[in-house]
Amino acid sequence: MQDLEQYTLRIADTSLILAQRLSEWCSKGPTLEEDIALSNISLDLFGQANGLLEYVSTLNGEKSADEIAFKRNEREFFNLQICEQDNGHFGDTIIRQFLCDCYFKLFYQKLANSKDERLSAIANKSLKEVVYHLRHSSNWVVRLGDGTKKSNEKIQEALNKIWKFTGEFFEMDKLDQKMLKNKIGVNSSNIKKEWDSIVNKTLNTAKLNRPKDGYMMTGSKKGLHTEYLGKILAQMQYLPRAYPNAKW
Amino acid sequence: MQSGKIEEIWTLLGSVPDPEIPVISVVELGVIRDVKFINHEYVISVTPTYSGCPAIKTFQDDITTQLSQNNINNFRIEIVYSPAWTTEWMSSETKEKLRKYGISPPEKIAQCPQCSSTRVESISEFGATACKSLYKCSDCLEPFEHFKCI
Repeated sequence: MQDLEQYTLRIADTSLILAQRLSEWCSKGPTLEEDIALSNISLDLFGQANGLLEYVSTLNGEKSADEIAFKRNEREFFNLQICEQDNGHFGDTIIRQFLCDCYFKLFYQKLANSKDERLSAIANKSLKEVVYHLRHSSNWVVRLGDGTKKSNEKIQEALNKIWKFTGEFFEMDKLDQKMLKNKIGVNSSNIKKEWDSIVNKTLNTAKLNRPKDGYMMTGSKKGLHTEYLGKILAQMQYLPRAYPNAKW
Repeated sequence: MQSGKIEEIWTLLGSVPDPEIPVISVVELGVIRDVKFINHEYVISVTPTYSGCPAIKTFQDDITTQLSQNNINNFRIEIVYSPAWTTEWMSSETKEKLRKYGISPPEKIAQCPQCSSTRVESISEFGATACKSLYKCSDCLEPFEHFKCI
């Protein structure tokens, strides 16, 4: 697989898996408005993943975007591990979304300057959407954190639990370095400072404590995942795998 | 082959309604970016409103039907991402059409399309389609949709 294809695939997988996760809320949201909100965010992420996978497909020259999404196994997926984590309760989902939205905003801001025109166009478009998502998730973090004693405890616990997955946002492996050198990719370690500042500010307003960095999970860039990804794929890929020629 | 039909194509596209908001056309919505004649065929550039907007498929089908019914068959539709779609491309006439239809148009301040009051409250930042959010008027108490500014 060529470098640009692999790099684009990583971004696509992160959107795709988070979209799939969020879609599980459809019809199960705590209120009708939130049901619609989470489904809308999911749809935006699916759209972003689709644009990226179409590009991967063009670069690949053989497989269609659908084949890439539906015919790969767990170890061939490169999404950030945070995206595959369980939805848990509403607070768990919101905190995961908030941490990811902050990252997406900063990542797409930088990717918008990519020398690769297609990536830059997708980044510019996605940026508009993720900024809106961030507003929604930040509002909820504050509302739950600065809500009742119970809502504060629950979202603090959710934050503590997911924190170890945030290290992956800022990792730079050989491929990232190479893409950065070619002015195509993003310097992810550089966005940490800004991410910290947005996250700290919101957590502060929400009366939540930022967890200390302890053991941080890693491995998705090599296709290593937590137990959840396999189950997501089982659900997501069942139909196209069981009925390969199904049309809808 | 001749390229003289560009204007006709624009006119025809002007009568293809938005699948979700039928009072405005796909041209008024701003998703048709360009019509060009390249290598014996017309190339119609379409941009999605939101990345995941399911209407993009309907746009393509409706455009295809409209053009082929008018004996234009040498065309293809191309999806473009840049520049990203923005509600700033919407004219004031189009915004007025939305208002009459009951949707508060994409302006910074949402205004009740029923009674024109600006005393409104946001119910949900997300609505029934990706491009709209939900509001309620504090004066006439009617709920309404607001076209998001992006």
